[in-house]
Amino acid sequence: MQRDLPPLVDYGLIPLLNLLLAFLVGAIVLGLIGVSPLDALGTLFQGAFGSLDGAGYTLYYATTFIFTGLAVAIPYQAGLFNIGGEGQAMLGGLGVTLVCQSLGGVSLWLVLPLAILAAMVGGAAWAAVPAILQVKRGSHIVITTIMFNFLASAVMTYLLIDRLRAPGDPSPETAAFPASTALPYAHEWAAKLGIAMEESPLNLSFLVALVLAVLVWLFIRRSLWGYEIRATGYNPSAATYAAIPVGRVTVLAVCLGGACAGLVGINEVMGVLHRLVLGFTGGAGIVGIAVALMGRNHPFGIVLAAILFGALYQGGAELAFDYPQVTRDIIVVMDGLVILFCGALENMLRVPVTRAWQRWRLTSAIRRPA
Amino acid sequence: MSLIDVLSVLAATIRLATPLILATLGGLFSERAGVIALGLEGMMLASAFAAACIATVTGSPWLGLAAGMLVSMIVSLIHGFASVTQRGDQVVSGMALNILVAGLCPTLGLAWFHLGGQTPALGPDQRFMPITLPGAESLAEVPVLGPVWTILIGGHNLIVYLAMLLLPLSAWLLYRTSFGLRLRAVGENPHAVDAAGLSVAGLRYGALALSGILVGLAGADLSIAEGAGFGRDMTAGRGYVALAALIFGKWRPAPAVAACLLFAFCDALQVRLQGVALPVVGIVPVQMVEALPYLLTVALLAGFVGTARAPSAIGVPFVKTR
Repeated sequence: MQRDLPPLVDYGLIPLLNLLLAFLVGAIVLGLIGVSPLDALGTLFQGAFGSLDGAGYTLYYATTFIFTGLAVAIPYQAGLFNIGGEGQAMLGGLGVTLVCQSLGGVSLWLVLPLAILAAMVGGAAWAAVPAILQVKRGSHIVITTIMFNFLASAVMTYLLIDRLRAPGDPSPETAAFPASTALPYAHEWAAKLGIAMEESPLNLSFLVALVLAVLVWLFIRRSLWGYEIRATGYNPSAATYAAIPVGRVTVLAVCLGGACAGLVGINEVMGVLHRLVLGFTGGAGIVGIAVALMGRNHPFGIVLAAILFGALYQGGAELAFDYPQVTRDIIVVMDGLVILFCGALENMLRVPVTRAWQRWRLTSAIRRPA
Repeated sequence: MSLIDVLSVLAATIRLATPLILATLGGLFSERAGVIALGLEGMMLASAFAAACIATVTGSPWLGLAAGMLVSMIVSLIHGFASVTQRGDQVVSGMALNILVAGLCPTLGLAWFHLGGQTPALGPDQRFMPITLPGAESLAEVPVLGPVWTILIGGHNLIVYLAMLLLPLSAWLLYRTSFGLRLRAVGENPHAVDAAGLSVAGLRYGALALSGILVGLAGADLSIAEGAGFGRDMTAGRGYVALAALIFGKWRPAPAVAACLLFAFCDALQVRLQGVALPVVGIVPVQMVEALPYLLTVALLAGFVGTARAPSAIGVPFVKTR
């Protein structure tokens, strides 16, 4: 296939330009609420990367966004849009909770694989229903996954208020897990190696997320199932003709996405909170959509995009500290803008950039005749 | 249950159905023209915010209503720019706008009103209040007719009656005018419309503008008629429910509106059911009752849509063949 653009321009320059546009509009919004965009950018950058604990927070947020980004990206390869990362993450957290509460005192290296399994099963199970309904009954997966987010939040509210809440605790959360199930923090490991690092919630889950990203890449690019998922995404009728079980592949892709979302529970519940808290997902499912689209649904792109959004989240928290009129909602605005410019308006810059590239190649070919 | 109870549940159904009906009719024009209406939620929320802001500042509900419709139309046209002109993914564009608006409204609201993202509570003359129909007082003592006249038929705000009028009007526009015929054609076979010398993009933008006006009414109903001010995420998924009603109604106005009424009835009933002991199951947890409308959405989408046929060209960007 003849490419119109070299990969570096296609996968590097165009997403970067789209991102720049999103930030430009974001700057206008900041201006509207009376915050100087340049000062804000300084605070943001300083907060996200200026110190070791700031960087730790950035990577901790990035861990969650890698999981929710992959949750969107795998179904996207099969041509499906999974908006349900939020609900799937909640159920993943529930799975982690059940494992951690029942396995106190057992070695962490035995609990962790079981907790990972439980998180993936929880997320996948919550994703399975919309996926099966899409395949069997043709119900629109975007709407059903959104409804399942609402349903998950109702289920969690019920469970945390009426069933799992610690006796005598006024807030909707479980009792703390046994200390033996807590994941090691990065600053604890750094201390063992003799490096002084300030405390941050960055924990072992970050490595789990990186390993997962590599595994997902191998699965999508190098396995038969991954091939079937991509074939279904490119052209479902051609895939059917090639004897690919499109329905089964669809359900598989969405369930794998749900499993990735479920792993948010490992980072948040097992790594940091050490208990199940209502609303622990904090909108991470929505950020995952932006992360996946910005990373062009490629696992490695998603890792980079997740770090960028982690920085936005952490820097945004610093911003909220300095300016009373700024809240976490500004991050939601940035989510929306990134999804708009990197997703829906992706073609807007492609045409002029392709034209400019072709003209540049033409003139340079004329100047240096072979 | 007495007659008054039944009537008040039915009256609540009508009130709750109004934003759904208006949003569904808005979605109808968009989807019949071939543009996926996933941005309904964002359009409705933007309109609710704009209407509340302008009504607060000017004190006039009419200006608020106009602002709501205008802002909703702008959001709709951005969706149009992404999906018609730029041929982007319409599902992604709709979700992007929903998320953008969900963040933008509380951000601007906090900066402008300093109330944690809400707008100030509106007084009675800043919003559309329930209308008392003529003769309500003299009929009040009549046994059945009195309550029906005052509770069920009367006592709603202006936008509720407007929605009832807009259903036949929309159906007429879609099925009995040449604009409607062209609009439906552009959703089924844009190439034929193009060959007939009409502008595919122009028709789709027109449909989206119309959609914006209708959904704008829905948002204004939430914040300056039914409610008294804007609260964050006040649409609470109604845009998606309206879209589900549209699909369940097989992209036809009357069945879609009937689906809206069903959703609203379920919603009205859940308010009544909270804390009431039912036969067989006993008291159902309040969260489960509140989740009923969402569960119904999934069940209806899953159970009955099998035979529905969407407009053929929906979601497909139009590329003129050379």
